[in-house]
Amino acid sequence: MTGPLTATFARLYGASGWAALSAIGFVLFVVFPALNLAVSPDSAFHVSAYWITLIGKIMCYAIVALAMDLIWGYCGILSLGHGLFFALGGYGMGMYLMRQIGRDGQYRAELPDFMVFLDWNAFPWQWWNTDQFWWALLLAVAVPGLLAFVFGYFAFRSRIKGVYFSIITQALTFAAMLLFFRNETGFGGNNGFTDFKRILGYTITTPETRMVLFTLSGAVLLGTLLLGRYLVTSKFGRVLAAIRDAEQRVMFCGYNTLHYKLFIWTLSAVLCGFAGALYVTQVGIINPGEMSPANSIEIAIWVAVGGRGTLIGAIIGAGVVNGAKSFFTQAFPEYWLYVLGLMFILVTLFMPQGIVGLFNKWRSAK
Amino acid sequence: MAVGEMMTSTTAPPRDGVDDPIPSSSRLHTPGQLDATHGVVLYLDNISVSFDGFKALNNLSLAIDTGELRCVIGPNGAGKTTMMDVITGKTRPDSGTAFFGQTIDLKQFSEVEIAQAGIGRKFQKPTIFEHHTVFENLELAMKADKRVIKSLFARLSGAERDRIAEMLALIRLTDSAQRVAGLLSHGQKQWLEIGMLLMQEPKLLLLDEPVAGMSDDETERTAELFLTLAGKHSLVVVEHDMAFVEKIARKVTVLHEGSVIAEGAMDEVQNDPRVIEVYLGR
Amino acid sequence: MRGKLTITTVLLLASALFVCPAAALDRAAVEKLAFGEGDERLEAIGALVTEGDPRAAIVLGALGDGELQTASKRVIIVRGAEATDAVTGEKLASMPAEREDIVANNRLRGAVQGALAALKLISPDRAIRFAAAKELAGGADAGMLPLVKKALDKESDADIRTLLTHIAASLELKTGDVKTRLAAVRTLGLSGGHNAKPLLLSVLESETDADVRLEAQTSLKQVDERLLWGQRAGLLFAGISLGSILLLAALGLAITYGLMGVINMAHGELIMIGAYATYVVQNLFRTHLPAAFDWYLLCAVPVAFAVSALVGMVLERTVIRWLYGRPLETLLATWGISLVLIQTVRTIFGAQNVQVENPAFMSGGIELLANVVLPWSRIVIVLFAGAVLAGVWLLLTRTRLGLFVRGVTQNRAMASCVGVPTARVDTLAFGLGSGIAGLAGCALSQIGNVGPDLGQSYIVDSFMVVVLGGVGQLAGTVYAALGLGFANKLLESWAGAVLAKIVVLVFIIIFIQKRPQGMFALKGRSVET
Repeated sequence: MTGPLTATFARLYGASGWAALSAIGFVLFVVFPALNLAVSPDSAFHVSAYWITLIGKIMCYAIVALAMDLIWGYCGILSLGHGLFFALGGYGMGMYLMRQIGRDGQYRAELPDFMVFLDWNAFPWQWWNTDQFWWALLLAVAVPGLLAFVFGYFAFRSRIKGVYFSIITQALTFAAMLLFFRNETGFGGNNGFTDFKRILGYTITTPETRMVLFTLSGAVLLGTLLLGRYLVTSKFGRVLAAIRDAEQRVMFCGYNTLHYKLFIWTLSAVLCGFAGALYVTQVGIINPGEMSPANSIEIAIWVAVGGRGTLIGAIIGAGVVNGAKSFFTQAFPEYWLYVLGLMFILVTLFMPQGIVGLFNKWRSAK
Repeated sequence: MAVGEMMTSTTAPPRDGVDDPIPSSSRLHTPGQLDATHGVVLYLDNISVSFDGFKALNNLSLAIDTGELRCVIGPNGAGKTTMMDVITGKTRPDSGTAFFGQTIDLKQFSEVEIAQAGIGRKFQKPTIFEHHTVFENLELAMKADKRVIKSLFARLSGAERDRIAEMLALIRLTDSAQRVAGLLSHGQKQWLEIGMLLMQEPKLLLLDEPVAGMSDDETERTAELFLTLAGKHSLVVVEHDMAFVEKIARKVTVLHEGSVIAEGAMDEVQNDPRVIEVYLGR
Repeated sequence: MRGKLTITTVLLLASALFVCPAAALDRAAVEKLAFGEGDERLEAIGALVTEGDPRAAIVLGALGDGELQTASKRVIIVRGAEATDAVTGEKLASMPAEREDIVANNRLRGAVQGALAALKLISPDRAIRFAAAKELAGGADAGMLPLVKKALDKESDADIRTLLTHIAASLELKTGDVKTRLAAVRTLGLSGGHNAKPLLLSVLESETDADVRLEAQTSLKQVDERLLWGQRAGLLFAGISLGSILLLAALGLAITYGLMGVINMAHGELIMIGAYATYVVQNLFRTHLPAAFDWYLLCAVPVAFAVSALVGMVLERTVIRWLYGRPLETLLATWGISLVLIQTVRTIFGAQNVQVENPAFMSGGIELLANVVLPWSRIVIVLFAGAVLAGVWLLLTRTRLGLFVRGVTQNRAMASCVGVPTARVDTLAFGLGSGIAGLAGCALSQIGNVGPDLGQSYIVDSFMVVVLGGVGQLAGTVYAALGLGFANKLLESWAGAVLAKIVVLVFIIIFIQKRPQGMFALKGRSVET
């Protein structure tokens, strides 16, 4: 049926929006691969593996930012523990990647190095079937989703909102971080997983594999953007925004707000898990530090800097903040925390609408 | 009035037996479906609610007939809003019974279920969706299948658009349809909320100070609207504006310190010495 | 074998003749030791021990070290260039020209060792006796038993008695007959500490006599009960201690959140600043007033309060006041402030932990049992927390500022209408909350490490206390802090520190489902979450 489909597409973005998306898609799927693989490394136009990995990583973060914007910008739920779902996704895929090291580890054993080091003889229960890619991917999205569902169900049912909810999500990720730091939990303790060799038979460090993962991340990002756009322009999105503004009223209109919140919350967690799985393949390491409360709070600032409630703002914010982080931690490492901290303060005080808001103001002022 | 007519709902099971032509004696009553055919649409008996030792409602008893327009008056702190909280399920009473029709025990259901069963409430302070347009406010309130899965794929049909257009005309906001609701005047916001309430096609409307802050003209129109709604809908109106109450009320209930101290026609109540003492003044 | 028997005989002899220590060493015994042969020398050792003169220890020690020599008829001890008369202890004016070493063979050496140990047990110096008893507790020769019993009779110090009783009982268990063994087991049951347990367990394993076994079981139960009380007391104290720390940490947060609905993510850093202020005061005292070093803590308390309060008030004036009514934005902005504060402290003081020493009166502790020690530092902190709590309560209930604070907490708009200067109250209250955080930091510096990340470890706990306890009432914070302290320590003793923390966090998450407003909260329509 082409009728409703084209109507849907028309609803998502106007002509200029689609043009911009196509241009970005072109850059991601054509230009970058060309400049990285086809152009020789000596040329000035060559895009190095470093940049590919960095941009790929930031795209994964952008997916998380989109997920955060959906629950915060459009539903008013500020989660300070979303990094947990991201990290769980990373660990899920990480288990597969660890299995794929096979006997090429330091100890030349079937079990991963950290298990040999701990004198274990067999994989713990959670590693079952993780040598299968599809199962690991399923874990990477289903475990965060399930955790989010259970947690969200109990939290939203008790009408916990606002600051209390945020604090509890922080406590959740903190508790999980403590758990994963323990060696007994079976996830590598404070070293986590690293030293990956292969994925689906391909060596993980070749330029070709990197490029595939890069373009895949880009595709998922664009797909998430379109999905988000669909959601927020639908009636569902309008109900969500109404819940953000006046939840009582929505309930009295006859909507079961618990279901709505639970849906977007779980979806958000699943997206984060997926992003985590993509992330770990490109960055090559996952450890419990990803679950730290600080990481999760940073996600919120990406969205705030870009402009919450705009979707595109989340992507911009993730890019700007992580780009700045990459720059500062290399050039002026002692100053990065100052910059980040000031960003938090100044954005909340003076730029409540974020970069997108500034842009809109500038456009309407012309 | 088109808004009063039953609209065929999409997939939700019919909850309303009022317009069913089959005589009641041969119907099987299903718990959860409203049965207001016996004349009483709201029944409160000895409802008591206390907050931390303070008794907000003290053995309150009240009965509203189907199609009635009842006014509830009383001084501040008499328990009027708490009574509405109990009816809509926002507060659970410590004791007493509350029934909507013959079959729906209000103590058992959640706020959402009660709203879906056909009780609509307008709050004291106009509570609308400030960041949505007037049109969207009405669209969201409209009686429909309100489940998540339906909202994800919902499309406004022609009939639904017509209904919204009719409502916009009724509440005189046709020109502001695409305006962000937060920018409306106070009186306009009150009307929008009344419009949203009507979009839900409730059987019982609870209106908490609906004309507060309205101009005389707007108050006049509100009175007219309520009078036309009565009969097809049942209304409970809480108000302080005595002129307004006189205009619309047939029967008035006076609340004081959580219980009913007088009930009857307007002039009876106005001349009741107790009422004069606690509320109206000499 | 023969040597051993002889030693035992000697010691038995010695114990049999144990009388009050004589005033001077028996000359005859010393000479026999020096000039005698074989068994004579053993007898001499026995005689010296019998006498109980502490100088006998010196002589015997010298013999063992090869410093005992003879010079014609005299017996002397030669140490380096000095010589002393062995009998009288007098220093000799000049080193005698002709000296002969006194040789001690292994048998003799063994006897000397035993004798030295025995002598230590009756030394007038308490410390020596204690050390000797402890050494014997590690493993005593069965022959020492009579000596130990005699020493026990004379001993007055309670701690040494405990040790000697234990040694005697363990020796009796090895060698005594049924009746003795029974008595020994009973003694262990009545007075044994945690080192009696392995002994009793080994008895249960290897004992043949049924009565003794039964008695051993009873005694084991008695010992366990005693230990349990000690453990319980220790646990109780640990719970109170942690609770008092959580209270100090969370009290300030409860005030600012209850008052202004501001969740201050920089609260942990205000604690950290208080700890660093204490460090600075400590250093100042060390360089300028070293004699009064122990008093630095007294000075540090108000300084920590003032510094943190000042920082807090500056934050309130510059950032937080612009974000009222927007709690989520406040959360983010204060997080940014915490990052800036951490980095500032790192830049000034370095990223490593800094050393804060306890003053003398905070070191050591009260020993309840051998395995349970209540540190003075923690006791002081518990009292300090109580004092701070009382102070805050007085301030909130008895002063005008407190009245204003309470009014603004309950209904800001109304308070403003009746003329309460809400802006100033906000600043002062925020300063108060921050100052209390500074006090918490001062306390924490005494029992833990002080580093830039100190605040991060306490922020989650403080939040949990506030969320659990509810806002608007001090009682909630107190109960929640104590409750969490106990729960944490209790779980820790079962499952280890990390799991305990996890369980507590999960518990709070679940508790909040049932009671979202916390344990104690202002109810009614005026407070909407």
